[in-house]
Amino acid sequence: MTLPLYGTASQSAGFSSDKARSILRLRSVDSAAERHVADFAIARTPDDIRRAIEADWPSILFVSDGSIDLCGTFTGQLVAVPPKYNYLADGDVIGFDHASRKFRTLYRRNSAHNSFLVTERCNNYCLMCSQPPKNVDDRWILSEIRESLPLIDPATRALTFTGGETLSDWEDFTAVLKECRDRLSATAIQVLTNGRAFADSRIVDAWKEIGHPNLMAAIPVYASVDHVHDHVVQAKGAFDETILGILKLKDRGQRVEIRVVLHALTAPIIEDTGRWIARNLPFVDHVALMGLENTGFAIANDTMLWMDPVDYGDGLARAVDHLSAAGVNVSVYNLPKCVLPKSVWPHALQSISDWKNGFVEECDRCDAKTTCSGFFTTGRPRFSRGVRAIISQRDESTALAG
Amino acid sequence: MARFLRPESFSAATEDLLLLPFNFERAGAHQYLVANMVGDFVRLSEEELNRLVDLQVRPGDGLYEKAYAAHLVTGTNQKAQRQLLAARLRSRMSFLQQTTPLHIFVVTLRCEHSCPYCQVSRQSTDRSRFDMNEQTAMSALDIAFASPTARIKIEFQGGEPLLNFPLIRKIVAAAKQRSGKQLDFVIASNLALLDDTVLEFCKENNVLLSTSLDGPADLHNKNRPRPDANSHELAVAGIRRAREILGPDRIGALMTTTEASLDRVDEIIDEYLQLGLDGIFLRPLSPFGFAIKTKQFAKYDAQKWLAFYERGLRRVLEINRQGTPFREFYAALLLTRMLSDRPIGYVDLRSPAGAGLGALVYNYDGSVFASDEGRMLAETGDDAFRLGHVEHDSYNSLILSDKLIGAISSSLTQCAPECSTCVYESHCGADPVYHHATQGDALGIKPLSAFCARQKGIMGLLLDILENSPEDAAILRRWAAA
Ligand code: SF4
Ligand code: SF4
Repeated sequence: MTLPLYGTASQSAGFSSDKARSILRLRSVDSAAERHVADFAIARTPDDIRRAIEADWPSILFVSDGSIDLCGTFTGQLVAVPPKYNYLADGDVIGFDHASRKFRTLYRRNSAHNSFLVTERCNNYCLMCSQPPKNVDDRWILSEIRESLPLIDPATRALTFTGGETLSDWEDFTAVLKECRDRLSATAIQVLTNGRAFADSRIVDAWKEIGHPNLMAAIPVYASVDHVHDHVVQAKGAFDETILGILKLKDRGQRVEIRVVLHALTAPIIEDTGRWIARNLPFVDHVALMGLENTGFAIANDTMLWMDPVDYGDGLARAVDHLSAAGVNVSVYNLPKCVLPKSVWPHALQSISDWKNGFVEECDRCDAKTTCSGFFTTGRPRFSRGVRAIISQRDESTALAG
Repeated sequence: MARFLRPESFSAATEDLLLLPFNFERAGAHQYLVANMVGDFVRLSEEELNRLVDLQVRPGDGLYEKAYAAHLVTGTNQKAQRQLLAARLRSRMSFLQQTTPLHIFVVTLRCEHSCPYCQVSRQSTDRSRFDMNEQTAMSALDIAFASPTARIKIEFQGGEPLLNFPLIRKIVAAAKQRSGKQLDFVIASNLALLDDTVLEFCKENNVLLSTSLDGPADLHNKNRPRPDANSHELAVAGIRRAREILGPDRIGALMTTTEASLDRVDEIIDEYLQLGLDGIFLRPLSPFGFAIKTKQFAKYDAQKWLAFYERGLRRVLEINRQGTPFREFYAALLLTRMLSDRPIGYVDLRSPAGAGLGALVYNYDGSVFASDEGRMLAETGDDAFRLGHVEHDSYNSLILSDKLIGAISSSLTQCAPECSTCVYESHCGADPVYHHATQGDALGIKPLSAFCARQKGIMGLLLDILENSPEDAAILRRWAAA
């Protein structure tokens, strides 16, 4: 199922008008943690509210379907959100717009898949972009992230920054990453970028300067040939800049992941691409070969892009072989086990973020479900004709029956 | 979707294309083998090669994609491919940063064997004037420690080095007392004199053993005459004992190929396999020392040897297919160069040559040679690779000697006739000592060189297997991976 990460509050009170938006961190009513001005007690019942007031909470977030009348018993800040946001819990962080009452969940403490959208601007225009670029001034997002960072649990295992092109405002963004270095030094920080900015030595030097102990640039490479990659990302010259960027990062000892999204333009040549990466860039830290998320532009370009994974499984397996043989650490993301050749299974990970991950009925009878990526629930999911429950014993009995 | 541009919009115009350097060789009717600057291979038809050279390629025509992915063609405004080639070349050549990692001490010329092909002229065992003395050894150690590399390997050779075991002890102790370098030690011995004292010493000091094993008993003993005709027995017993006491990876064996070996490669390999060794180095007979004098070298040519090698390699692959991991080490070296950019400084497989830059040899009498083969030449009166003497020379004066600089600079494959345009150049090497010995010239005329014929033959064979025999290719790839 898909978790709703955006919404509109049904009610709010106590917010000043000199500020357009606030960052809220949720705390359980009886949390003993030290209170920050951004902290809101999270209440799910009228009784919770009573206890919160008793415990002197100046700010309360109420999850409920009805409206609530506090009859002057409470004069602090109040936000009420509908029950489908009941997943919100202690430690979570949301961004709240005062005038429109719109909010976004920015961080869920119990999730392994937290990501911050940095900007919607991008100098690529990928045919399958899941977050179609918008040319708008959205620099406020970076300030919101800056405000959120101090509220995030330093024990968070991993955090992803995504876009748009995250390095669109590279100076401000590297400053944010420096804050991560200071506040979240134990967190694995992954930045999704098209890598073109790193062709500029000033930017790659600034990146090196960040010095976060566990920082990874995740950069897409779609082909071994310039015009194929450039067509996929709809930007002439992108391949050259991206490869140059990867080389400059590695030259400075920075960690790099290469990501290849698989669709009808990239999947038929995946063996060549894998062999090329193995031969030319074996020093990258990780390669992820990724099934397509059918959302955003991918829906608009469906006829150009859809390819059933069972039709590229063999090439994918050979790509994995070339990469492994060269000592490259390779994973396959977003593709269910049943559509992949067995040799690929050890590389296939449960990569889909918890809030947009689902399974189909067939999966209930499948022995592989607990280790399977399953499917995206976002956009307009497309299913391979190869989806078939994996049942080790039954394989034999059907073979006998046949 | 009008806002998305069509594939053609991203094609480069012909005038924006540029050829990158590559070498090629005819490989059958209308077929060419092509290698880019770092030795990645592709096959092109004659028509494709001609079109490529004329830059008559267009994105989408298949040839453009093949040539671009192989770094044969790039865009005039692009930088990434040239940077990529530069980075890969830098990695491949970075063995040059380890200057002179190997130091060979000939602690005695005496030997109790009398092998007809022996690459050093043996001296009877009783003449102690053919032993290295301590003062010479310490001066040699000064030179070894002056080489710039952080890790050096000291190899003891002879003759039979165990005939001067007391000096080996002294050199190891003295080297360990000096600080500043990581140390490896190897004793190259026929193991006839291996006893518990020697083994104990090797264990204590982490010394590797390397021995000769030419194959089954009759072959080995014919190659290596000894009064009791028991050279094979002693070597095998020594290998077993050493494996037991020092561990299976602390002893290696090397074979010498003679004419008598040529028909028996399967038996030779099985001998290695039975002893539990993890591979074999199928070596050519070298043209040095006694080998040339006794005309052994002339007795078979490169083609006969290649047939022997191919048969051996196929036998080794069969062993792997049957489930026992076992390598042919020369193929493994070449494959590492062909399939990766790891720096391989193997002395005979590099350019600039490994003479002096890869190894120095200190003879028993204090003279210093650029390679072991150079020392063997001197035994037959040719001082071309005698660089100096431990008493009068320093590391720098040896390395910067005119003889060495001359030999290395005149033999560079990167700019030599034939080599500089050879499709195998990236994976080959300069062997000035060999070519001096066989042709009287450090560079040599490559079409007349058995070294060159072997290199082309082996690499051609490996490519054929990689392209046409998937199961064997997977085995070969594994050799290159580790
Ligand atoms: S049937 Fe469902 S759970 Fe099983 S492998 Fe396929 S997608 Fe995964
Ligand atoms: S020696 Fe022969 S195989 Fe080697 S580079 Fe020269 S011409 Fe080529």
